[in-house]
Amino acid sequence: MATKTLAGVDVSVSDDGYMTDSSQWTKEIAGAIASEEGVELTDKHFEVLDFIRNKVADGALLTIRGINKSGVVDAKSFYQMFPGAPLKKSTKIAGVPKPESCI
Amino acid sequence: MKKLLILGAGTAGTMMANKMRKHLARDEWDITIVDQHKTHYYQPGFLFIPFGMYGKNDVIKPKSDFFPVGVNVIFSKIEKILPEKTNVLLEDGVKLNYDFLIIATGCRTVPDEVDGLKGNLWYKDIYDFYTIEGALALANHFKTWKGGELVINISELPYKCPVAPLEFAFFADAFFTERGMRDKVNITYVTPMPGAFTKPRATKMLGDLLEQKNIKLVPDFAIMEVNNEEKKIIDYGGTEVKFDCLVSVPPNMGDELIERSGMGDDMNYVPTDQHTLQSKKHENIFVIGDAADIPTSKAGSVAHFAAEIMEENLMCAIEGRPMTASFDGHANCYIETGYGKGTLIDFNYDTEPLPGSFPFPGLGPFGLLKVSRMNHYGKMLFRWIYWHILLKGKELPVDAKMQMAGKKL
Repeated sequence: MATKTLAGVDVSVSDDGYMTDSSQWTKEIAGAIASEEGVELTDKHFEVLDFIRNKVADGALLTIRGINKSGVVDAKSFYQMFPGAPLKKSTKIAGVPKPESCI
Repeated sequence: MKKLLILGAGTAGTMMANKMRKHLARDEWDITIVDQHKTHYYQPGFLFIPFGMYGKNDVIKPKSDFFPVGVNVIFSKIEKILPEKTNVLLEDGVKLNYDFLIIATGCRTVPDEVDGLKGNLWYKDIYDFYTIEGALALANHFKTWKGGELVINISELPYKCPVAPLEFAFFADAFFTERGMRDKVNITYVTPMPGAFTKPRATKMLGDLLEQKNIKLVPDFAIMEVNNEEKKIIDYGGTEVKFDCLVSVPPNMGDELIERSGMGDDMNYVPTDQHTLQSKKHENIFVIGDAADIPTSKAGSVAHFAAEIMEENLMCAIEGRPMTASFDGHANCYIETGYGKGTLIDFNYDTEPLPGSFPFPGLGPFGLLKVSRMNHYGKMLFRWIYWHILLKGKELPVDAKMQMAGKKL
C-alpha cells in the first residue's frame, strides 16, 4: 500500500497503481491517471467510467462482453478508447480495484 | 407438512437432497427435487473422452441412483420461480409450494453468444468438450485428424472447471506425441486471462508447463468472432489466430429459468451472499453450485465444500437462529498434465494456490503445484469417490474450509 499525489491530492494506491479507496476519486484524479496511461479523456470516457464505477459498487464482475452489452459503449469502441488492455486501463482510471478473475 | 424444494439434481442439488434428508424429520418435512433430465453426467470425465480414455458409459448413471429414500423426485422442466408467492411453476402447470428453496440449476455453455462459433464448421472443425455431444464428436474427429493448427480458446470468464482447458492442452500434447504426429500439430492456448491462470504462482507453474510442452500461449484475448471462411478467431483488439481445429470453451451462463424468473444478473447467475450462500433478495432461498454468482470457481469441488456450509446455515434458518457457517470460496482441483501425471491446486476467495502437500500437512499424499503420478491417481480415484461418496453427501477427510497447514508461503 502506498500513497501517491494525483492532481494535487494524496490518494492511497495499490502496488500496481490502482486506487484502493474509490471514494477519493475525482474527475481531476481520473485525468491525472489517464495521462499517465496515455489516454485523453472525453465526455464519452466519463460515461464509461461512471458505468464501471456503478458496476463495481454493485459488486458485479466486469467483462468485455458485459461492457459490450451495457448500451454505453460497444466493445470495439471500448478498445479504441482504452487501447491495449481496456479493462485494466479503464478500471485504473475509474479509481476501482484491478479486475480480478476469481477462478 | 413443511416443504423444502430443490431445483436441479446435478452435483450440488443431489448432495443437498442427501444431506437435508438426514437432518429433517420425515413426519415434518417434505423434500422434493426437480430436474428435467434423468441422466447424471460425471462432467469432470468429459475431458477424457476426446482422447479415447473414457467412453460415454464411463460418465453417465441414472440420477435416480443417487437420491435418498424419502425424497420426492419430479422429472420435469421448470417454467418459473415465483419468489413473492413462494412457489415454483412446472412446465405442465403444476405448482409447487415451498417454505425453503434451494436453487441448484447450474450453468451451461452457450455457443450462440459468440458470432460465428456455431457457424458451418461447428462439429466439423470447431468443437467443445463441455457437453457429451461435443466431447464424443471431437473424439471421432481426432481419430482421423491429420494435424495442423489446434487452437484451444476460452471465450470469457467465468466458465466451469477453470483448469480443464489447460488439461486439454496437456492431454493433446501427450496424445499426439504418442501417436507419433506431434510434429504435425501446433497447439495454441488462447485465453482472455493475462496468463495461463489467474493467480501469480499457479500462473507461473502452469505457464512453465505450457512452455515445456511446446504449447503457445496467447493471453488477453477477448474473442469477438469466429471467421468460418478463413478459419480464424478474431478478438476485439484485432488479434487473429488461425486454426485447423478449434476447441472452444463457449461462454457459460446460468439456466434460462433464472432469466424467465427475473432472478439473475446479465449472465443469469443468481446474486448470492458469498459467505452465507443465501439469496441476496429472498431469505428463504439458498443458492448452491454453478447457479450462484459467488466469486469462486464453477466446479464440483466448490459445490461440495459449499454444501457443508449450506447444510449448517439452512438448518439455522429453518430453526430461526442466526446463520453460523461462512463459506470461504474453497476450491480444490486435480490437474492432469499428461503421461499419467498430474498436479493439484487448493485455494479460496483470499488465498491463491500455494505449493505444499494435501490433505495431510507434510505427508500428502498429494503434492500442491507439483507434477506427480500420485496426483494423477487422485484424479482417477476421484470418479469413484464422486459416485459413491460425494453425491451421497457422505463425509470425506477434507475440510470444507481451506487449511493453511501444509502450504508454503
